[in-house]
Amino acid sequence: MKVSITVNGKATEHDVEPRTLLVHYIRETLQLTGTNVGCDTSSCGACTVHLNGEAVKSCTMLAAQADGCAVTTIEGMSKDGVMHPMQQAFMENHGLQCGFCTPGMVMAAVSLLNENTNPTEDEIRIGLEGNLCRCTGYHNIVQSVLAAAKK
Amino acid sequence: MIPAQFDLKRASSAAEAISLIGEYGDEAKLLAGGHSLIPLMKLRLAQPSMLIDIGRITDLSYIKDAGNHISIGALTRHMDVEKSDIVKQHVPLLAHAASHVGDAQVRHRGTIGGSLAHADSASDLPATTLALGATYVVQGPNGQREIAAKDFYKGFLESALAPDEMLVEIRVPKTLGGWSFQKFNRRAQDWAIVGVAAWRNGKDSGVALVNMGSTPILATSVSAALASGASIAEAAELAAAEAEPQSDLNASSEYRTHLAKVLVRRALEESTK
Repeated sequence: MKVSITVNGKATEHDVEPRTLLVHYIRETLQLTGTNVGCDTSSCGACTVHLNGEAVKSCTMLAAQADGCAVTTIEGMSKDGVMHPMQQAFMENHGLQCGFCTPGMVMAAVSLLNENTNPTEDEIRIGLEGNLCRCTGYHNIVQSVLAAAKK
Repeated sequence: MIPAQFDLKRASSAAEAISLIGEYGDEAKLLAGGHSLIPLMKLRLAQPSMLIDIGRITDLSYIKDAGNHISIGALTRHMDVEKSDIVKQHVPLLAHAASHVGDAQVRHRGTIGGSLAHADSASDLPATTLALGATYVVQGPNGQREIAAKDFYKGFLESALAPDEMLVEIRVPKTLGGWSFQKFNRRAQDWAIVGVAAWRNGKDSGVALVNMGSTPILATSVSAALASGASIAEAAELAAAEAEPQSDLNASSEYRTHLAKVLVRRALEESTK
Protein backbone atom coordinates (compact mmCIF):
# COMPACT_ATOMS: atom_id res chain seq x y z
CA MET A 1 0.00 0.00 0.00
CA LYS A 2 1.10 3.56 -0.65
CA VAL A 3 1.87 5.83 2.32
CA SER A 4 2.69 9.55 2.28
CA ILE A 5 4.45 10.80 5.39
CA THR A 6 6.13 14.16 5.90
CA VAL A 7 9.40 13.36 7.65
CA ASN A 8 11.51 16.20 9.03
CA GLY A 9 9.61 18.61 6.81
CA LYS A 10 10.13 16.66 3.61
CA ALA A 11 7.31 14.83 1.82
CA THR A 12 8.00 11.11 1.41
CA GLU A 13 5.89 8.57 -0.43
CA HIS A 14 6.56 4.83 -0.72
CA ASP A 15 4.84 1.56 -1.38
CA VAL A 16 5.08 -0.53 1.78
CA GLU A 17 3.60 -3.76 3.13
CA PRO A 18 0.76 -3.05 5.59
CA ARG A 19 2.84 -4.75 8.32
CA THR A 20 5.74 -2.29 7.92
CA LEU A 21 6.44 -0.69 11.27
CA LEU A 22 7.02 3.06 11.31
CA VAL A 23 10.53 2.56 12.72
CA HIS A 24 11.46 0.35 9.75
CA TYR A 25 10.01 2.90 7.33
CA ILE A 26 12.25 5.50 8.97
CA ARG A 27 15.41 3.40 9.29
CA GLU A 28 15.26 1.18 6.21
CA THR A 29 13.08 2.85 3.62
CA LEU A 30 14.29 6.40 4.36
CA GLN A 31 17.75 5.39 5.67
CA LEU A 32 17.41 7.70 8.70
CA THR A 33 19.24 5.57 11.24
CA GLY A 34 19.34 8.02 14.16
CA THR A 35 16.16 6.43 15.49
CA ASN A 36 17.14 3.19 17.23
CA VAL A 37 15.37 -0.09 17.85
CA GLY A 38 16.07 -1.20 21.40
CA CYS A 39 13.66 -3.60 23.09
CA ASP A 40 11.21 -3.79 20.18
CA THR A 41 8.40 -4.27 22.74
CA SER A 42 7.41 -0.62 23.46
CA SER A 43 9.26 -0.59 26.78
CA CYS A 44 12.59 1.17 26.21
CA GLY A 45 11.72 4.26 24.16
CA ALA A 46 14.87 4.16 21.98
CA CYS A 47 12.57 4.36 18.92
CA THR A 48 10.75 7.51 20.12
CA VAL A 49 9.88 10.00 17.35
CA HIS A 50 7.32 12.78 17.14
CA LEU A 51 4.04 12.15 15.35
CA ASN A 52 2.32 15.48 14.72
CA GLY A 53 4.50 16.95 17.47
CA GLU A 54 3.93 14.29 20.15
CA ALA A 55 6.32 11.56 21.30
CA VAL A 56 5.34 8.05 20.16
CA LYS A 57 7.14 4.72 20.02
CA SER A 58 7.75 4.02 16.35
CA CYS A 59 8.28 0.28 16.96
CA THR A 60 4.63 -0.01 18.03
CA MET A 61 3.05 1.82 15.12
CA LEU A 62 2.46 0.82 11.55
CA ALA A 63 3.76 3.14 8.85
CA ALA A 64 0.15 2.96 7.57
CA GLN A 65 -1.04 4.62 10.80
CA ALA A 66 1.28 7.56 10.12
CA ASP A 67 0.01 8.01 6.56
CA GLY A 68 -0.76 11.69 6.03
CA CYS A 69 0.98 12.70 9.29
CA ALA A 70 4.11 14.69 10.08
CA VAL A 71 6.95 12.75 11.69
CA THR A 72 10.06 14.30 13.25
CA THR A 73 13.13 12.19 14.00
CA ILE A 74 16.35 13.12 15.79
CA GLU A 75 17.80 14.12 12.39
CA GLY A 76 15.14 16.82 12.17
CA MET A 77 16.02 18.50 15.47
CA SER A 78 19.05 20.57 14.47
CA LYS A 79 18.52 23.62 12.27
CA ASP A 80 21.22 24.84 9.84
CA GLY A 81 23.87 22.82 11.65
CA VAL A 82 22.94 24.21 15.08
CA MET A 83 21.80 21.67 17.63
CA HIS A 84 18.36 21.88 19.22
CA PRO A 85 18.56 23.38 22.75
CA MET A 86 17.74 19.94 24.18
CA GLN A 87 20.62 18.32 22.30
CA GLN A 88 22.89 21.15 23.46
CA ALA A 89 21.75 20.62 27.07
CA PHE A 90 22.47 16.87 26.87
CA MET A 91 25.98 17.66 25.62
CA GLU A 92 26.69 20.30 28.27
CA ASN A 93 25.34 18.21 31.16
CA HIS A 94 26.86 14.87 30.18
CA GLY A 95 23.36 13.51 29.55
CA LEU A 96 24.68 10.57 27.57
CA GLN A 97 27.12 7.75 28.09
CA CYS A 98 26.94 5.06 25.37
CA GLY A 99 24.41 7.20 23.49
CA PHE A 100 22.05 4.46 22.36
CA CYS A 101 19.03 5.75 24.27
CA THR A 102 19.86 9.40 23.54
CA PRO A 103 17.83 10.02 20.36
CA GLY A 104 14.73 8.63 22.08
CA MET A 105 15.49 10.50 25.30
CA VAL A 106 15.84 13.79 23.43
CA MET A 107 12.61 13.27 21.48
CA ALA A 108 10.69 12.27 24.62
CA ALA A 109 12.15 15.20 26.58
CA VAL A 110 11.21 17.77 23.90
CA SER A 111 7.66 16.38 23.83
CA LEU A 112 7.55 16.57 27.63
CA LEU A 113 8.57 20.26 27.61
CA ASN A 114 5.98 20.98 24.92
CA GLU A 115 3.33 19.73 27.37
CA ASN A 116 4.90 21.13 30.55
CA THR A 117 7.26 24.05 29.97
CA ASN A 118 8.56 24.20 33.54
CA PRO A 119 8.65 20.67 34.98
CA THR A 120 10.01 19.75 38.41
CA GLU A 121 12.68 17.08 38.70
CA ASP A 122 9.99 14.57 39.75
CA GLU A 123 7.81 15.50 36.77
CA ILE A 124 10.78 14.91 34.45
CA ARG A 125 11.47 11.49 35.99
CA ILE A 126 7.82 10.51 35.64
CA GLY A 127 7.58 12.09 32.17
CA LEU A 128 10.54 10.02 30.94
CA GLU A 129 9.34 6.75 32.48
CA GLY A 130 8.95 5.31 28.99
CA ASN A 131 12.66 5.68 28.18
CA LEU A 132 15.28 3.34 29.59
CA CYS A 133 19.03 4.04 29.81
CA ARG A 134 21.02 0.84 30.24
CA CYS A 135 24.05 2.88 31.37
CA THR A 136 21.70 4.11 34.13
CA GLY A 137 22.74 7.68 33.42
CA TYR A 138 19.41 9.03 34.60
CA HIS A 139 20.78 11.67 36.96
CA ASN A 140 22.49 13.66 34.21
CA ILE A 141 19.63 13.05 31.77
CA VAL A 142 17.26 14.69 34.26
CA GLN A 143 19.78 17.52 34.82
CA SER A 144 19.94 18.00 31.05
CA VAL A 145 16.18 18.34 30.73
CA LEU A 146 16.08 20.77 33.67
CA ALA A 147 18.78 22.83 31.96
CA ALA A 148 16.94 22.77 28.63
CA ALA A 149 13.72 23.91 30.33
CA LYS A 150 15.57 27.02 31.58
CA LYS A 151 16.81 27.91 28.08
CA MET B 1 10.02 -8.26 15.23
CA ILE B 2 7.63 -7.83 12.37
CA PRO B 3 4.00 -9.01 12.45
CA ALA B 4 2.82 -11.78 10.13
CA GLN B 5 1.35 -10.57 6.85
CA PHE B 6 -2.10 -9.01 6.83
CA ASP B 7 -4.23 -6.71 4.74
CA LEU B 8 -5.41 -3.37 6.09
CA LYS B 9 -8.60 -1.46 5.42
CA ARG B 10 -9.48 1.95 6.81
CA ALA B 11 -12.95 2.63 8.16
CA SER B 12 -14.18 6.20 8.15
CA SER B 13 -17.17 5.56 10.42
CA ALA B 14 -18.32 3.09 13.08
CA ALA B 15 -20.95 1.78 10.64
CA GLU B 16 -18.29 1.10 8.00
CA ALA B 17 -16.05 -0.65 10.54
CA ILE B 18 -18.94 -2.87 11.69
CA SER B 19 -19.81 -3.75 8.12
CA LEU B 20 -16.15 -4.68 7.47
CA ILE B 21 -15.88 -6.90 10.57
CA GLY B 22 -19.14 -8.55 9.51
CA GLU B 23 -17.59 -9.21 6.10
CA TYR B 24 -14.26 -10.61 7.34
CA GLY B 25 -15.46 -12.27 10.56
CA ASP B 26 -12.91 -14.00 12.79
CA GLU B 27 -10.00 -13.17 10.48
CA ALA B 28 -10.33 -9.45 11.21
CA LYS B 29 -9.30 -7.32 14.18
CA LEU B 30 -10.08 -3.68 14.83
CA LEU B 31 -6.99 -1.46 15.10
CA ALA B 32 -7.40 1.70 17.23
CA GLY B 33 -4.18 3.05 18.81
CA GLY B 34 -2.66 -0.39 18.41
CA HIS B 35 -0.81 -0.41 21.72
CA SER B 36 -2.32 -3.71 22.86
CA LEU B 37 -2.81 -5.34 19.45
CA ILE B 38 0.48 -4.53 17.66
CA PRO B 39 2.68 -5.96 20.47
CA LEU B 40 0.60 -9.17 20.37
CA MET B 41 0.96 -9.33 16.59
CA LYS B 42 4.73 -8.76 16.78
CA LEU B 43 4.99 -11.71 19.17
CA ARG B 44 2.69 -13.71 16.82
CA LEU B 45 0.28 -14.23 19.70
CA ALA B 46 -2.32 -12.73 17.38
CA GLN B 47 -2.26 -13.24 13.62
CA PRO B 48 -5.31 -11.58 12.09
CA SER B 49 -5.23 -11.63 8.29
CA MET B 50 -7.21 -8.37 8.13
CA LEU B 51 -6.82 -5.22 10.20
CA ILE B 52 -9.61 -2.66 10.14
CA ASP B 53 -8.05 0.66 11.05
CA ILE B 54 -10.58 2.66 13.08
CA GLY B 55 -7.96 5.13 14.33
CA ARG B 56 -9.13 7.87 11.99
CA ILE B 57 -12.77 7.92 13.06
CA THR B 58 -12.39 11.31 14.72
CA ASP B 59 -16.04 11.62 15.74
CA LEU B 60 -15.48 8.82 18.29
CA SER B 61 -12.92 10.94 20.15
CA TYR B 62 -14.74 13.20 22.63
CA ILE B 63 -15.43 13.84 26.30
CA LYS B 64 -18.85 15.28 27.19
CA ASP B 65 -20.59 16.27 30.40
CA ALA B 66 -23.93 14.44 30.14
CA GLY B 67 -25.58 15.50 33.41
CA ASN B 68 -25.21 12.70 35.96
CA HIS B 69 -22.48 10.99 33.97
CA ILE B 70 -19.73 11.82 31.53
CA SER B 71 -19.58 10.27 28.06
CA ILE B 72 -16.24 9.38 26.52
CA GLY B 73 -15.85 8.35 22.88
CA ALA B 74 -14.14 4.96 22.54
CA LEU B 75 -11.30 6.41 20.46
CA THR B 76 -10.35 9.06 23.04
CA ARG B 77 -6.66 8.69 23.86
CA HIS B 78 -5.45 8.09 27.41
CA MET B 79 -3.58 11.42 27.33
CA ASP B 80 -6.81 13.26 26.51
CA VAL B 81 -8.69 11.50 29.34
CA GLU B 82 -5.85 12.29 31.76
CA LYS B 83 -5.80 16.00 30.86
CA SER B 84 -9.54 16.59 30.44
CA ASP B 85 -10.96 19.22 32.79
CA ILE B 86 -14.36 17.47 32.65
CA VAL B 87 -12.86 14.13 33.71
CA LYS B 88 -10.62 15.73 36.35
CA GLN B 89 -13.58 17.58 37.85
CA HIS B 90 -16.26 14.86 37.78
CA VAL B 91 -14.39 11.53 37.73
CA PRO B 92 -10.94 12.34 39.13
CA LEU B 93 -10.22 8.65 39.77
CA LEU B 94 -10.47 7.95 36.02
CA ALA B 95 -8.22 10.90 35.06
CA HIS B 96 -5.66 9.72 37.61
CA ALA B 97 -5.81 6.07 36.50
CA ALA B 98 -5.45 7.12 32.84
CA SER B 99 -2.23 8.95 33.79
CA HIS B 100 -0.84 5.61 35.06
CA VAL B 101 -1.35 3.69 31.80
CA GLY B 102 2.01 2.77 30.27
CA ASP B 103 4.08 5.91 29.66
CA ALA B 104 3.60 9.23 27.85
CA GLN B 105 4.36 7.75 24.43
CA VAL B 106 1.84 4.96 24.98
CA ARG B 107 -0.78 7.43 26.25
CA HIS B 108 -0.34 9.55 23.10
CA ARG B 109 -1.55 6.59 21.01
CA GLY B 110 -3.55 4.18 23.18
CA THR B 111 -7.32 4.69 23.46
CA ILE B 112 -9.74 4.04 26.32
CA GLY B 113 -11.99 1.92 24.09
CA GLY B 114 -9.06 -0.14 22.87
CA SER B 115 -7.91 -0.83 26.41
CA LEU B 116 -11.39 -1.85 27.60
CA ALA B 117 -12.20 -3.99 24.54
CA HIS B 118 -8.83 -5.75 24.90
CA ALA B 119 -10.19 -6.82 28.35
CA ASP B 120 -6.83 -7.43 30.00
CA SER B 121 -7.29 -7.88 33.76
CA ALA B 122 -3.77 -6.48 34.27
CA SER B 123 -4.70 -3.15 32.64
CA ASP B 124 -5.69 -0.19 34.80
CA LEU B 125 -8.81 1.08 33.04
CA PRO B 126 -10.99 -2.06 32.97
CA ALA B 127 -10.87 -2.28 36.79
CA THR B 128 -11.19 1.50 37.19
CA THR B 129 -14.34 1.76 35.07
CA LEU B 130 -15.68 -1.37 36.83
CA ALA B 131 -15.22 0.27 40.25
CA LEU B 132 -16.91 3.42 38.95
CA GLY B 133 -19.98 1.51 37.74
CA ALA B 134 -19.47 2.53 34.09
CA THR B 135 -21.68 1.46 31.21
CA TYR B 136 -20.20 0.62 27.82
CA VAL B 137 -22.15 1.42 24.65
CA VAL B 138 -21.47 -1.05 21.84
CA GLN B 139 -22.64 -0.86 18.26
CA GLY B 140 -23.42 -3.75 15.93
CA PRO B 141 -25.20 -4.24 12.62
CA ASN B 142 -28.59 -3.84 14.36
CA GLY B 143 -27.76 -0.68 16.28
CA GLN B 144 -26.47 0.07 19.76
CA ARG B 145 -26.84 -1.67 23.12
CA GLU B 146 -25.51 -0.92 26.60
CA ILE B 147 -23.46 -3.35 28.66
CA ALA B 148 -22.69 -2.66 32.32
CA ALA B 149 -18.96 -2.92 33.06
CA LYS B 150 -19.75 -5.65 35.62
CA ASP B 151 -21.28 -7.79 32.84
CA PHE B 152 -18.61 -7.06 30.22
CA TYR B 153 -15.58 -9.11 31.31
CA LYS B 154 -16.03 -12.82 30.62
CA GLY B 155 -12.57 -14.34 30.85
CA PHE B 156 -8.91 -13.78 30.01
CA LEU B 157 -8.97 -11.22 27.13
CA GLU B 158 -12.64 -12.15 26.59
CA SER B 159 -15.52 -9.70 26.68
CA ALA B 160 -19.25 -9.64 26.04
CA LEU B 161 -18.64 -7.95 22.67
CA ALA B 162 -20.09 -9.98 19.80
CA PRO B 163 -17.68 -10.60 16.89
CA ASP B 164 -19.48 -7.99 14.77
CA GLU B 165 -19.76 -5.31 17.47
CA MET B 166 -17.48 -2.48 18.44
CA LEU B 167 -17.27 -0.39 21.60
CA VAL B 168 -18.25 3.20 20.77
CA GLU B 169 -18.80 5.05 24.06
CA ILE B 170 -18.04 4.76 27.76
CA ARG B 171 -20.47 6.35 30.24
CA VAL B 172 -19.07 6.96 33.70
CA PRO B 173 -21.25 8.19 36.62
CA LYS B 174 -19.95 11.33 38.28
CA THR B 175 -18.16 10.42 41.49
CA LEU B 176 -19.17 11.84 44.83
CA GLY B 177 -16.90 11.54 47.84
CA GLY B 178 -13.31 10.34 48.06
CA TRP B 179 -11.33 8.08 45.76
CA SER B 180 -7.99 6.33 45.49
CA PHE B 181 -5.89 4.46 42.95
CA GLN B 182 -3.18 2.11 44.20
CA LYS B 183 -0.78 0.51 41.75
CA PHE B 184 1.93 -1.82 43.02
CA ASN B 185 4.71 -2.59 40.56
CA ARG B 186 8.47 -2.89 40.47
CA ARG B 187 9.24 -0.64 37.49
CA ALA B 188 7.61 2.67 36.65
CA GLN B 189 5.89 1.80 33.38
CA ASP B 190 4.96 -1.82 34.17
CA TRP B 191 1.54 -3.35 34.54
CA ALA B 192 0.39 -3.54 38.14
CA ILE B 193 1.35 -6.69 40.06
CA VAL B 194 -1.84 -5.77 41.94
CA GLY B 195 -3.83 -2.57 41.59
CA VAL B 196 -6.90 -1.14 43.33
CA ALA B 197 -9.36 1.48 42.12
CA ALA B 198 -11.78 2.70 44.79
CA TRP B 199 -14.24 5.43 45.68
CA ARG B 200 -16.32 5.94 48.81
CA ASN B 201 -19.23 8.22 49.68
CA GLY B 202 -20.69 7.43 53.11
CA LYS B 203 -22.11 3.90 53.00
CA ASP B 204 -21.72 3.67 49.23
CA SER B 205 -18.47 2.51 47.68
CA GLY B 206 -16.94 0.82 44.65
CA VAL B 207 -13.73 -1.21 44.80
CA ALA B 208 -12.15 -3.11 41.91
CA LEU B 209 -8.92 -5.04 41.61
CA VAL B 210 -6.31 -5.08 38.82
CA ASN B 211 -4.50 -8.35 38.01
CA MET B 212 -6.23 -10.48 40.65
CA GLY B 213 -7.73 -13.04 38.25
CA SER B 214 -8.54 -13.63 34.60
CA THR B 215 -10.89 -10.61 34.61
CA PRO B 216 -10.89 -7.34 36.54
CA ILE B 217 -12.55 -8.11 39.88
CA LEU B 218 -15.31 -6.12 41.59
CA ALA B 219 -14.70 -6.52 45.33
CA THR B 220 -18.38 -6.65 46.28
CA SER B 221 -17.72 -8.15 49.73
CA VAL B 222 -15.66 -5.09 50.67
CA SER B 223 -18.44 -2.70 49.66
CA ALA B 224 -21.09 -4.84 51.42
CA ALA B 225 -19.04 -4.86 54.62
CA LEU B 226 -18.59 -1.08 54.53
CA ALA B 227 -22.31 -0.60 53.90
CA SER B 228 -23.14 -2.66 56.99
CA GLY B 229 -20.82 -0.62 59.17
CA ALA B 230 -17.57 -2.64 59.15
CA SER B 231 -14.33 -0.80 59.79
CA ILE B 232 -11.84 -0.23 56.96
CA ALA B 233 -9.52 -2.87 58.44
CA GLU B 234 -12.36 -5.40 58.64
CA ALA B 235 -13.55 -4.65 55.09
CA ALA B 236 -10.02 -4.82 53.65
CA GLU B 237 -9.62 -8.37 54.98
CA LEU B 238 -12.31 -9.35 52.45
CA ALA B 239 -10.38 -7.79 49.52
CA ALA B 240 -9.69 -11.06 47.73
CA ALA B 241 -13.03 -12.77 48.47
CA GLU B 242 -14.11 -12.59 44.80
CA ALA B 243 -10.61 -12.93 43.33
CA GLU B 244 -8.78 -15.92 41.93
CA PRO B 245 -5.26 -14.56 41.73
CA GLN B 246 -2.78 -16.33 39.50
CA SER B 247 0.85 -17.11 40.29
CA ASP B 248 3.41 -15.89 37.77
CA LEU B 249 7.00 -14.61 37.52
CA ASN B 250 6.12 -11.45 39.46
CA ALA B 251 4.16 -12.84 42.38
CA SER B 252 2.59 -15.95 43.87
CA SER B 253 -1.14 -16.19 44.35
CA GLU B 254 -0.67 -15.88 48.14
CA TYR B 255 1.45 -12.75 47.79
CA ARG B 256 -1.13 -11.17 45.47
CA THR B 257 -3.85 -11.89 48.04
CA HIS B 258 -1.73 -10.21 50.72
CA LEU B 259 -1.08 -7.22 48.47
CA ALA B 260 -4.78 -6.87 47.67
CA LYS B 261 -5.68 -6.63 51.36
CA VAL B 262 -2.96 -4.05 52.06
CA LEU B 263 -3.76 -1.96 48.96
CA VAL B 264 -7.52 -2.05 49.56
CA ARG B 265 -6.96 -0.85 53.12
CA ARG B 266 -4.76 2.01 51.86
CA ALA B 267 -7.27 2.84 49.13
CA LEU B 268 -10.17 2.97 51.60
CA GLU B 269 -8.18 5.09 54.05
CA GLU B 270 -7.35 7.53 51.27
CA SER B 271 -10.96 7.51 49.99
CA THR B 272 -12.32 8.24 53.46
CA LYS B 273 -10.27 11.39 54.10
